[in-house]
Amino acid sequence: MALDLSVEKVSKSFGDFTAVNEVSFAVEQGRFFSILGPSGCGKTTLLRMIAGFIEPTGGRILIRGSDMANLPPNRRPVNLIFQHLALFPMMNVAQNIAFGLQRRREKKPDIDRKVADILERVGLPKFGNKNIGQLSGGQKQRVAIARCLVLDPAVLLLDEPLGALDLKLREQMKVELKKLQAQVGTTFIYITHDQSEALVMSDHVAVMNKGRFEQVDTPRMLYAHPKTPFVARFVGDNNAWNGIVADQRDNLCTIKTADGQTFSAGAEPDLKPGATVSFFIRPEAIIIAPESGLDDFNRLTVTIKSILFDGANSRLLATPTDGDAELMIALPQNRQYDHLAAGDRVDIGWSARSASCFRVP
Amino acid sequence: MNAARSRITLPFLIFVTPVLMWLFLLIVLPHIDLLLMSFRIEDDAGAMVWSLVNYLNFFDEPVYWRTFTRTAVYAILTTMITFSVSLPVAFYITKVVSPRFSGFLSLLLLMPFWVSELVRVYGWMILLRESGVINHFLLRAGLLQRPVEMLYNDITMVMGLVYTSMLFMVVPLISVLESLDDSLIEAAYDLGGNVFSIVTRIIIPHAMPGIVSGGIVVFMLTLGNYLTPNLIGGKNSLWFTEQIYNQFIASFNWNQGAAFGFLLLILSSAMVWIGLKLTRQKLSQVVQ
Ligand SMILES: Nc1ncnc2c1ncn2[C@@H]1O[C@H](COP(=O)(O)OP(=O)(O)OP(=O)(O)O)[C@@H](O)[C@H]1O
Ligand SMILES: [Mg+2]
Repeated sequence: MALDLSVEKVSKSFGDFTAVNEVSFAVEQGRFFSILGPSGCGKTTLLRMIAGFIEPTGGRILIRGSDMANLPPNRRPVNLIFQHLALFPMMNVAQNIAFGLQRRREKKPDIDRKVADILERVGLPKFGNKNIGQLSGGQKQRVAIARCLVLDPAVLLLDEPLGALDLKLREQMKVELKKLQAQVGTTFIYITHDQSEALVMSDHVAVMNKGRFEQVDTPRMLYAHPKTPFVARFVGDNNAWNGIVADQRDNLCTIKTADGQTFSAGAEPDLKPGATVSFFIRPEAIIIAPESGLDDFNRLTVTIKSILFDGANSRLLATPTDGDAELMIALPQNRQYDHLAAGDRVDIGWSARSASCFRVP
Repeated sequence: MNAARSRITLPFLIFVTPVLMWLFLLIVLPHIDLLLMSFRIEDDAGAMVWSLVNYLNFFDEPVYWRTFTRTAVYAILTTMITFSVSLPVAFYITKVVSPRFSGFLSLLLLMPFWVSELVRVYGWMILLRESGVINHFLLRAGLLQRPVEMLYNDITMVMGLVYTSMLFMVVPLISVLESLDDSLIEAAYDLGGNVFSIVTRIIIPHAMPGIVSGGIVVFMLTLGNYLTPNLIGGKNSLWFTEQIYNQFIASFNWNQGAAFGFLLLILSSAMVWIGLKLTRQKLSQVVQ
């Protein structure tokens, strides 16, 4: 498939601070690609380099195969949706959308037709004459998207466009945005610090930390097989332990923790005994009251400290009887454990292969 | 709000009385006197009688209304030039330089106004006159054979007027441009806008209240300016304020002078009103 965007070893330094450090990735046509990272990791800087507002200090950016070096933003086939949308308050909705078409000197009847079409497409027919101030948050969002999509860009860049919306609307827009993207088929590059947005909408997600990409993968792989401790911590919830490898066989290693417990976890074969590691286990991978006789299984007795009720996302907070770590355990949804209360002791366990294990330097 | 308005307390009266007195004694009273004066003339017998002649003179005598038209046209021209010079300056101060530096630049703009207009105009004269600094250097550099008179023409006069009024345009422009979100400019640029379309479609519409309020101040100040047109303007054409001065001082015809003064007030207010209507701005919005 054709590549719409390829970024090759792009860096950006401000003085001696490196905001983006040799980032490389490629996005195929029609994909929804997200960049996920904590605040200040360089997401906006990277996006603004693609849009042309910042010149990279190193590397190349190619859009549909042509090098974008020294091309100003108004001559690049990409459009950017700003963090605060940046709709023009001095114009109405139709004029906002027509702005880019007028700059291309398209004919008036064509402009009118395209504006009406795109308003229909984003679900705002007959909104052309409204002022920007009259729109709700979600409607503004859609006008901002329409204003860019009407220009039929090769790549649409979105900088945390849902950040300003309230939770309910954000959930709704998440689904709508994904649908819209599938419908128009434009390549989206979406920036967010919200992992659920990235996982729900994207075909591929890049996890960014301190100016570097830690892992680029599908949401499923990212969740199931994080490649670095940062990804394991940042994407989804995880219980974390530190320990030292005591033994290694069949890609399973035995780990001794500082508080004297022993676990086994799946690991790369190059983890030699004596290496310091962190390992992670997802709350939903932990089984309450597991049956006996399972192979490669870690068992533990814990005391429940509290029950965090959150509907389908309810958790137990527990500490091992002989240890001081705190564990997050997902509660199954069949109400089987409604009798549990704080202070109870329960047996738990998890399959060794569902834990991921990384060497820490 | 209403409760507060109905309570006229003693401290409020103490505070407000001097202000009202000042307004009344120094502004309203002399104007009423001038207004009455403008409707009176001396008849053949030497007695004062009521008449409209002072006002009719303005329309009957071409030199008067031609001077006024010339003054108004130059005032409009000065306002437009001041605007086109001030917009880039204000944009540079608010959007291009770092915030620390922009305060310093605004101060720099203010500096010439620490000396009086008279001194500033004489400064220009020292630079521009036939034996002045600029002529001296041009002669030295061999660019001129003989010194040229750069004063006493309309171009120099307009330059002087623009210089004098610039601050009154730049300050309101800075304050409106500060409220302009940078990302609007970037969005326009991203959507394919060039400098011209960004200025005309984004910056000017946003800055309109500042442009209009700056424009009104510059227009009124220029129309009522006396020193600059008198000292460096052309000798063969008059500024309307000079006509008023002549009536009061040279002809000692205070009644005619008062009538001209009121005509200047009325006509310039009418022009401002038309300007507001054309740009669809409301005075209350502009002044805030
Ligand atoms: N013009 C600049 N000069 C110096 N440092 C800058 C500049 N722009 C950004 N930075 C720094 O680069 C880093 C990355 O900034 P960036 O805006 O890309 O972060 P971000 O990932 O978008 O964060 P957020 O999620 O908060 O928007 C930050 O530490 C920031 O302080
Ligand atoms: Mg950002």
